[in-house]
Amino acid sequence: MRTVTALDITRAVREMSIEANCQLPLDVTMRIEACRQCEDWPGAQRVLSTIEDNIALATRDRVPLCQDTGMACVFIELGQDVHVDGNLVDAVNEGVAAGYREGYLRKSMVGDPLRRTNTGDNTPALIHVDVVEGDGLTLTVAPKGAGSENMGRIGMLKPSDGIDGFTSFVIDTVRQAGPNPCPPIVVGVGVGGNFDQVALLAKRALLRPLGQPNRDPFYARLESSLLDAINALGIGPQGFGGRTTALGVSIEMLPTHIASLPVAVNINCHVARHATRTL
Amino acid sequence: MTMTPSPESVTHLEGPLTSDRVRTLRAGDSIRFSGTVFTARDAAHRRLVESMDKGEPLPFPIRDSVIYFAGPAPAKPGQPIGSIGPTSSYRMDAYSPRLLDAGLTGMIGKGTRSPEVIEAMRRNGAVYFAAIGGAAALIARCVRRCDLICYEDLGPEAIRRLEVVEMPLVVAIDCEGGNLYEQGPAAYLESLSDKGLGGDPA
Repeated sequence: MRTVTALDITRAVREMSIEANCQLPLDVTMRIEACRQCEDWPGAQRVLSTIEDNIALATRDRVPLCQDTGMACVFIELGQDVHVDGNLVDAVNEGVAAGYREGYLRKSMVGDPLRRTNTGDNTPALIHVDVVEGDGLTLTVAPKGAGSENMGRIGMLKPSDGIDGFTSFVIDTVRQAGPNPCPPIVVGVGVGGNFDQVALLAKRALLRPLGQPNRDPFYARLESSLLDAINALGIGPQGFGGRTTALGVSIEMLPTHIASLPVAVNINCHVARHATRTL
Repeated sequence: MTMTPSPESVTHLEGPLTSDRVRTLRAGDSIRFSGTVFTARDAAHRRLVESMDKGEPLPFPIRDSVIYFAGPAPAKPGQPIGSIGPTSSYRMDAYSPRLLDAGLTGMIGKGTRSPEVIEAMRRNGAVYFAAIGGAAALIARCVRRCDLICYEDLGPEAIRRLEVVEMPLVVAIDCEGGNLYEQGPAAYLESLSDKGLGGDPA
């Protein structure tokens, strides 16, 4: 049994909230650069250049890439041999509040979806805990903006809809979203499980590094063909036209019921933020 | 730092934005806007329209003015404002026609607008600009001054008056209904079929 203190968790979440909002992971910046080089549509090249300028400026001045510094989605892999000295949920929320205050990040949470009063410190975080083997504790902070989040969809398809129905649902979701989620986007897809699990799968798919295909060759091929189909839509960066509608497609799968084919699509904007640390 | 890949013609525009000036703008035009813009997003729009329903005066002069659908990040010490890019405009569609009929001539945001908003833009000679979503640190550098003018309790959603210099925008939808979100992708796909590369015509 190893002890991790609540204070260590708070400190890590505070630092990662700031870091994730001001600096993109290398896989994302490299993919944006590669896409700019592949674009032959001048307007699309200009938009991608502007996006790269913004990344460089935010990193240099340590300011938020986007004013929407998001809901704080926090994924925790908690080793079953870890003892947390203190309250895990409180520790995460204190880290989010401190990070968003000290990092000059926007507070975008309302305490109630219908009565809509800002909570003032960007809490509560949206926390997912997985218990895993070992004595490690891994934290991922993934700030998620609402412009792209609002464009997500869940479909409870029929088994007879099959692979074609699945791919049509994903492509239609991107087509309907059009310019609204700030393309170029990252497309996270969940398939299987049940109504609640499939949405979480789609969000988890967004955490996989760009360029790392699904380990199952069947799903890796589906990811590749979906990316081609999405980039044939012509939506382009910001929806002004062009090749680069999506930077990547990731699919995650779970077993499901004989009567079910749940599909969820969670879209991320080009500011595909996340930071991970193991304590 | 700028790595502009190919030359583009740029129209310099200054506020206040009259309908006569708006009528010269066409979807796809690159703009550098200098002057005053007022930030307002979901909650502020709701309050503005509620004020109009009650016959109360609006908290800023709306005629020939420009609203920026945006809520900034907090300013760091010594800066006028934090990062400030556009938010999705469709959420303001329920409110924009009222403001356009009251004299609003410009809106800055990102993404699609409803047929009702586009019709109100035609009726009143107004324009809808797109700023680059997610380029919020870059856009903040165009803001020289920021004053909170009302609804402070809304935090990031309060209405702020910004003085901007050379703010980079694109005409997304012009006052005749020309729409870059339709024309841009269509032109790109047409360029592919001209090259025999196919592409999805839908």
